[in-house]
Amino acid sequence: MFYREAGQFKSTYQTDQAIFPIVQDRWFMALVFIVAFVVIPLVADEYWHQAIIIPFLILALAAIGLNILTGYAGLVSLGTGAFMAVGAYSTYKMSTAFPDLNIIIIFLLSGVFAAMVGMVFGAPSLRIKGFYLAVATLAAQFFILWVFNKVEWFFNYSPSGTITAPPRELFGVLVTGPEASPVARYYVCLVFLVVFAFAAKNMARGRLGRSWMAIRDMDIAAEIIGIRPLQTKLSAFGISSFYCGVAGALYIFCWLGSAETEAFDILNVSFPVLFMVIIGGLGSVLGAILGAAFITLMPIFLTNAPPMIGIHLAADLQKHIEEIILGLMIITFLIVEPAGFNRLWQIAKEKIRKWPFPY
Amino acid sequence: MEVLNTFLIAPFLDMADSPIFLLEVVIGGLMAGVMYSLVALGFVLIYKASGVFNYAQGAMVLFAALTLVGLMENHVPIIVAIILTMAVMVGVAMLIERYMLRPLVNQAQIILFMACIGLNFVFEGAGQIAWGSNVKKLDIGIPENSFEIGGVLLNAFDLTAAITAAILVAFLAVFFQKTAIGRALRAVADDHQAALSVGIPLKTIWVIVWSVSGFVALVAGIMWGGKAGVQFSLVLIALKALPVLILGGFESVPGAIIGGLLIGVFEKVSEVYWGPAFGGAIEGWFAYMAALVFLMFRPQGLFGEKIIERV
Repeated sequence: MFYREAGQFKSTYQTDQAIFPIVQDRWFMALVFIVAFVVIPLVADEYWHQAIIIPFLILALAAIGLNILTGYAGLVSLGTGAFMAVGAYSTYKMSTAFPDLNIIIIFLLSGVFAAMVGMVFGAPSLRIKGFYLAVATLAAQFFILWVFNKVEWFFNYSPSGTITAPPRELFGVLVTGPEASPVARYYVCLVFLVVFAFAAKNMARGRLGRSWMAIRDMDIAAEIIGIRPLQTKLSAFGISSFYCGVAGALYIFCWLGSAETEAFDILNVSFPVLFMVIIGGLGSVLGAILGAAFITLMPIFLTNAPPMIGIHLAADLQKHIEEIILGLMIITFLIVEPAGFNRLWQIAKEKIRKWPFPY
Repeated sequence: MEVLNTFLIAPFLDMADSPIFLLEVVIGGLMAGVMYSLVALGFVLIYKASGVFNYAQGAMVLFAALTLVGLMENHVPIIVAIILTMAVMVGVAMLIERYMLRPLVNQAQIILFMACIGLNFVFEGAGQIAWGSNVKKLDIGIPENSFEIGGVLLNAFDLTAAITAAILVAFLAVFFQKTAIGRALRAVADDHQAALSVGIPLKTIWVIVWSVSGFVALVAGIMWGGKAGVQFSLVLIALKALPVLILGGFESVPGAIIGGLLIGVFEKVSEVYWGPAFGGAIEGWFAYMAALVFLMFRPQGLFGEKIIERV
């Protein structure tokens, strides 16, 4: 009744190809933006920002990046953590070497570095396919982290081997480092996520995205109709790693403040981000964001739920129970809806469209 | 020149200098490789029969070892403990088939892979809740003394592991080639639908395959646990087995064995001779890099089925 396209006529190609062609969708997005840009910074306290919202935004960005590679181009990668580490370490190097350079430019440049590294490690994807490729990307994961651990130049010869985000300002407001206010860091991450999500959405429905999907669905057939596999696969690796690199830079500079390579470990980053992509729904930007919300919120919920209902458990017992529940939830979710949150969202939209009628 | 020398010439001079030491390194590598093969074998069995990339194999090794140790701590005699652990693994296989594989049949491989990572969490949590998470010593009476043959130092434990692995592989080979169940397993591996249509019960086969790989996990758990103690880090040996898998080929049992041995030797030799040149700790990624380079020339691994692509 409320949500339908009837009566909304399009008289130009531009309106026909708009990213949200339906008025109700545009209203909904406007509402989402008001909540994200105005309500959340007013309502959320420091704990919420630091523990939930900022990591969610950053991991959502990484998940969109991985979704470009795995969801749209069909290349499974377990090296997300390494590409994020490239972004983080190059941001660190550049921001300490050129203190006057605008931090946003540094973030974007480190994305470019990550993209180059990603393309190097993506080159084998032309010959290696499926799970062989997934395991081969682990080579990138372990090798790159080893390099960052071993070569002292990358962490400026600091004896502890950690990189620490230096304080940098943007429009006169401190946005990075431990002194920066959570709200400022929140806005930086939010703007990056919004801009990059729209860019990904537009890439995915344009020529580039279509060629990725053609390669994903059957690479030989795609090659025959004139899609170059080399350029397509490498562009997927490059753009995906660009996203991951920027996410990695934000991860250190706007969230953790300082970290070692441990922070980009396969179990800390690569697997969770892959979970986000798959639980959210392969090949969907919205899905990546919803998946990131689910995976960041779930452990926090599981940690806080038992005390809330009055159950107090020993710390390690609780940790193991959390693990079991998380594992079971993943399996259950995959059984109930293998296509992920994105599919649930579409079903919900379909239902609203026909409401109050069942068909 | 200096760099070229340290990477290309000096290591070989070192090797030529003391061939006995090289032999020891190679044998040490082979022994480590046997352990990798044991883990990789479990992956291969499941991948062959159901196309599932079972990431939880490492956690299954931990779970089996923890169960065995937990039973032995409660003064269950060792033979009984092993039989009981095996029964637990069969039960687990049945649960997995009923509640995970059956509802997920016909899903994309990556979905099943994800489900296996979920399963990995369940195994890790459950094993540690049931039996505690501190390091446990597993002592089943394998001698650990070292002895010399022809100037080469050998460890009795490693030798026992190698012999056990050989027996296990021989047993599996007979099981696959000669028994009716083995033939059914191979039929399922070739083609699910064709196997179903000639009356092979897919569900039973899956339970059997997961039980067998549970058994392999138990053997691997005994060997690894005996060597390094039963602890959480056993889970990470799954990561050690992955380069073995891609080197040997996902669907090949001989591939898992030979791939494991090759990776073991590569790893040890490189660590000893090239490690110092790189600044050490290259074990973590060297196997992956070696496998990656190898795959560039042979994308299906050593013994994997030739990939034939049609439109």
